[in-house]
Amino acid sequence: MPDSQAVMDESASTKAGQALSSAKVRIKVEDLDFYYGSNKALKGINLDLPERKVTGMIGPSGCGKSTLLRVLNRMYDLYPGQRAEGRVMMDGQNIVSADMDRNALRSRIGMVFQKPTPFPLSIYDNVAFGVRLHEGLSRSDLDERVEWSLTRAALWGEVKDRLTSSAMGLSGGQQQRLCIARTIAVKPEVVLLDEPTSALDPISTLKVEELIDELKHDFTIAIVTHNMQQAARCADQVAFFYLGEIVEVAPAAQMFTAPQQKRTQEYITGRFG
Amino acid sequence: MASSARAARRNITNAVALALATAATGFGLIWLVWILFTTLVNGFAALDLKLVTQMTPPPGSDGGLLNAIYGSGVMIGVAVLLGAPIGIMAGTWLAEYGRKGVLAEVIRFVNDILLSAPSIVIGLFVYELVVRQSGHFSGWAGAVALGFILLPVVVRTTDETMRLVPVPLREAALALGAPQWKVITNVLYPAARTGILTGLLLGVARISGETAPLLFTALNNQYFSANLSSPMANIPVVIFQFALAPYEQWHALAWAGALLMTMFVLIVSVGARFLLRTRTN
Amino acid sequence: MQNAITAAAIGARPARRNRRMGDSIFRVAALASALFVLVSLGAAALSMLYGGLPAFAKFGFGFIYRTVWDPVRQDFGAAVPIYGTLVTSALAMVIAVPVSFGIAVFLTEVCPNWLRSSIASAIELLAGIPSIIYGMWGLFVFVPFMSDHVEPWLNDNLGPLPIVGSLFEGPPLGIGMLTAGIILGVMVIPFISSVMRDVFALVPPSLREAAVGLGATRWEVIRGVVLPYTRTAVVGGIFLGLGRALGETMAVTFVLGNAHQLSASLLEPGNSIAAAIANEFTEADSDIYLSSLIGLGFLLFVVTFIVLAAAKIMLLRLARQEGN
Repeated sequence: MPDSQAVMDESASTKAGQALSSAKVRIKVEDLDFYYGSNKALKGINLDLPERKVTGMIGPSGCGKSTLLRVLNRMYDLYPGQRAEGRVMMDGQNIVSADMDRNALRSRIGMVFQKPTPFPLSIYDNVAFGVRLHEGLSRSDLDERVEWSLTRAALWGEVKDRLTSSAMGLSGGQQQRLCIARTIAVKPEVVLLDEPTSALDPISTLKVEELIDELKHDFTIAIVTHNMQQAARCADQVAFFYLGEIVEVAPAAQMFTAPQQKRTQEYITGRFG
Repeated sequence: MASSARAARRNITNAVALALATAATGFGLIWLVWILFTTLVNGFAALDLKLVTQMTPPPGSDGGLLNAIYGSGVMIGVAVLLGAPIGIMAGTWLAEYGRKGVLAEVIRFVNDILLSAPSIVIGLFVYELVVRQSGHFSGWAGAVALGFILLPVVVRTTDETMRLVPVPLREAALALGAPQWKVITNVLYPAARTGILTGLLLGVARISGETAPLLFTALNNQYFSANLSSPMANIPVVIFQFALAPYEQWHALAWAGALLMTMFVLIVSVGARFLLRTRTN
Repeated sequence: MQNAITAAAIGARPARRNRRMGDSIFRVAALASALFVLVSLGAAALSMLYGGLPAFAKFGFGFIYRTVWDPVRQDFGAAVPIYGTLVTSALAMVIAVPVSFGIAVFLTEVCPNWLRSSIASAIELLAGIPSIIYGMWGLFVFVPFMSDHVEPWLNDNLGPLPIVGSLFEGPPLGIGMLTAGIILGVMVIPFISSVMRDVFALVPPSLREAAVGLGATRWEVIRGVVLPYTRTAVVGGIFLGLGRALGETMAVTFVLGNAHQLSASLLEPGNSIAAAIANEFTEADSDIYLSSLIGLGFLLFVVTFIVLAAAKIMLLRLARQEGN
């Protein structure tokens, strides 16, 4: 790389690094282990999710990225035999402890899945679903919230005239943006994105990535992605997962230009995975 | 954000809903236990060697159920002989020739309706078809009625079982130059054997418990008769007549018949499912 | 398996014409059997129409709404059996639908894994019990229970109430439409609940996870996502149960009372189409009597056909949605 480029990258990554270190930590993962039955899928995970920043998680398939995400909102509780040990601290509470109120937790930490999952309801009812559970809003307040969510998800213009029509009639990209609208409608503090664009076409993918850039002003975001370019584009900090462990965490600019660990470098340059 | 009072209310609603679901299940199970228990107790009280050595008695005296047991056995047997081949062939056509075509789908639709149709309607149909034409009630009519009830069960299970046989098996046989009908009989039937047999057993369990179709086809016969052309004694109609009459000995025999019928049906059903589970593993 | 395939192939060696003839014969036999099913349904309908025609011709449309049933004067009207069929089936649905739903919810959401197949099999067992057993048990065990414990209570406490009261007045004989409706309801539970259970299991796990991810409780997931998703098939299952209830004979014949009277009270005896046919067929002493009973059978057939066909269509809709 030419020297001037290297110098520019240095200062960019230093700036990013400074911004990250000065940000408050929203979620702190400490010594987390996770088991599928007797199989240990996550080993001693330590990770800080800085507030209102995007944390990207990359790594080969099956290395624990999605597993960690699903620990954060206790999704694994649905399946007996899966358990987490360790601490995931948010506002002084340990998320994985038994006395955590899961429903309240999920209103503060939302999740968007890989495959768009619109409910078999109208567009309005989809977005309003979570809000109706947790808050007793009046009809006009609810209307406002639905409009706000769809606007933030860059979908309002396309659906405002057919809010009562079924969500199943939307295209794949629109459905995923609907799911994003649905997730942010409850005004969570953290939004988890599990490979949100892997089932979408390039144009929809671009729209969602622009969305993420907008959303991080209000929400702390963690995104799992197989697409390194996506991580480079969207994330502020990136964690590289390999075989259930975090090999390296670094500001995005640094991760993709000057990774510290050999394993990381091999993955990024395409040697494996 | 979410208020904790609201959250508490939602949790209570959840707990109540799931508790009601549990209660509903308990409710269903109570009836099962009650009915089976009563049948067992009353039936066992009436169990006696006479059941299989004597015929159904006239009002007010003791007797057995031999003619009814024999009659039921014969009619079920003939029903299977009539209904099973047609049912298996029809199921074969649906699975191997008709597949997903329009005619096949229509036949499947009609078959499913026949499956759930009131059995008394089948009885009326066979009355018109056989009894009216021949001029008298008969064991044949009863067997035909039971055969019509067996038929859709066998058609459906044969169809579903044969569709499950993997395509490569068919293709391998056809590629060796075997004609389709040989492929079906020599390759597919053995492969689907367990499922077809299970369907047959479930059908037998079903027709063993049917009363309505026999009421005006086979009628009933006080005496022992091996003649299928005349009314034939059978367990269900004997239970029907004896239970509704005011004689104590008849009630006891009705319970004994009920016990025999229930035991037979349960053993055959459980046996069929057991067969399916062990053979497919 | 290899031997069978080879044997089949070797057996195929002789002349091509023979092979084609073997194929044709088999194919025709199979097609004929399949068509036999179709023909059976048509023949059943036609034969009952034929048998009932004299009654329809003599009484016209009045056959459906007239309440007279007089074997002596040979004047018959189907209103009482029709009414009884509808009322007992409606009662059965009132009991069976919520209970079946509860059982389906229990088995999918509450039941621990190791217990599930046992309880599911136990509920299936209810469907395996022959209907005449329900009838006998109903007559000898349940009727006394109703007349000793339940009906007096209903008569005393609900009878005096203004509008609802007329449903519960009358001598607590035990037999009657209420008892028949309850037994019918219990009979029909396993059919409805197994359809509901199968259909609940078809909901994609990702949809459930999405609802859970928003903080929904298990009940909220069922009410907000599972039910809307399976709505059509659930109604189909209910129609299936209704079809069974309408045509059920033996469970009802023993306890309905075979009374040709129309009464508002559920505590009173009544009649249903199937029960009337079962009770009176062999005693019918005139052609028009017989024809009226067969005509009743035809009406029952038409109604159950419509209900069952509707059920099937609704169930097929969800199956197609899942790409089956």
